[in-house]
Amino acid sequence: MSWIVGGTVIPNFGTGSKCVTGNHVFCWDWVRQHWGDTLGPALVEHIELTAIAVGIGFALAFALALVTHRYGFVEQPVGAISALLYTIPSIALFQVLVPFTGLSYTTIEIALVAYTLVILYPNIVNGLRSPTPDVLEAARGMGLTQRQILLRVELPLAVPAIVSGLRIAVVSTISIATIAALIGPYGLGSPIYVALREATPFKTEIYSAGVLAVGLALACDAGLRLLRRVLAPWSARRLA
Amino acid sequence: MTLADTANLHTFVEAVRFIGDNPHLLLTKAFELLELAAAALGVALAIALPVGVVLGHLHRGSAVAEGASIVGRALPSLVLIAAFLTILGIGFVNNMVALAVLASGPILTNSFDGIDRVDPDAVDAARGMGMTGSQILWDVELPLALPQLFAGIRVAAVTVVATAPIAAIAGGGGLGDIIVNQASYRLSGVIGASLLVMLLSVGVYLALVGLQAAVTPAGVRRTRVGGDPQGKELV
Repeated sequence: MSWIVGGTVIPNFGTGSKCVTGNHVFCWDWVRQHWGDTLGPALVEHIELTAIAVGIGFALAFALALVTHRYGFVEQPVGAISALLYTIPSIALFQVLVPFTGLSYTTIEIALVAYTLVILYPNIVNGLRSPTPDVLEAARGMGLTQRQILLRVELPLAVPAIVSGLRIAVVSTISIATIAALIGPYGLGSPIYVALREATPFKTEIYSAGVLAVGLALACDAGLRLLRRVLAPWSARRLA
Repeated sequence: MTLADTANLHTFVEAVRFIGDNPHLLLTKAFELLELAAAALGVALAIALPVGVVLGHLHRGSAVAEGASIVGRALPSLVLIAAFLTILGIGFVNNMVALAVLASGPILTNSFDGIDRVDPDAVDAARGMGMTGSQILWDVELPLALPQLFAGIRVAAVTVVATAPIAAIAGGGGLGDIIVNQASYRLSGVIGASLLVMLLSVGVYLALVGLQAAVTPAGVRRTRVGGDPQGKELV
């Protein structure tokens, strides 16, 4: 067959230009041809995977942080579990979930949500603690109730820390989600994984999917930094 | 107990049995993984640590340090390993370079940040005592920044150990070989190897927390060991 050159099978070869069949460094024509059936859908899936994970993770982390802020007692155990989860490799966590939820989208999301939760929770808790005692004293002196203090003082002042946490969570999730392709054919990891399984890895597919993943992460990072500047223009700039 | 529950439980029993039945295989694979991780961490330390320390000492290049932390986090390990594979070919060197790049981010960011943010009063006092720049770096800044330097190394080490199994996708060997090869080792082998990888990374993490406590000078020990490193990274 025309697309087999020197025993190399090119994935998603299409009509296979010379560049593609020869596995040159980068073939724009392959990218153009397979944007519609490979790269585009993978990018959309990747955004979906990330959005669902960060969305659920944020809701859980926010609820947990409010409980912690009010009652305090859950912080120790949650902190210990977080530190442990942080060190667990995602590739192992994905696999250990397989007996429970199978090689499924659910397995991927459970692992991703767990990691976002671990990142967001401490950031939100710390953010809620950012008002100094003076500020809280003043708020109480003005006659604000506990609930009013939370809504009008503590939450607004927590915004920079929360958005910083979101930045780390989103970028990390985009990165881990590429590994999820080991569990199922979802996201930008999937074309990379397919390209790697060839006898000679197909460069264009690896590079294009890789650039999309890194580009997505950097774009989200920049977007969230902008969001922080809009929501909390007073916040000082600090490393990550 | 439903049927599904017993099936789940059974898988883990099988996984533990797999570990018991193949001690030699698993030890060899675990050793391969640690070898790869140690080599990558060594390369990253040799390059990123001096750069971060010197930049921090000169209080220059905060953009470099911040960039390293952002780009380091944005670079997915799979992408890095796959990209280096196309350049360096399948094998140890490719994976070592990819892992070293991953490890460099947290080491560079934390060494820069740690040295850069040493109390300026302490540095002024040292200068007033007539210490030279290199004396200040060795005797004042490095000891004071040690907890954060170590926090960066700890994050890098855990990152490398946790990412090394992914390198198996690119012929990296180690425990990852078993994790990505369900056809040969069945689900029990995959889960068994995954459990071992988890134990290994938690073990490395705890060992480094212990080492950090041991090497921290007594006068600096007030700083909480474990700290809050910059550029924490998930893999």
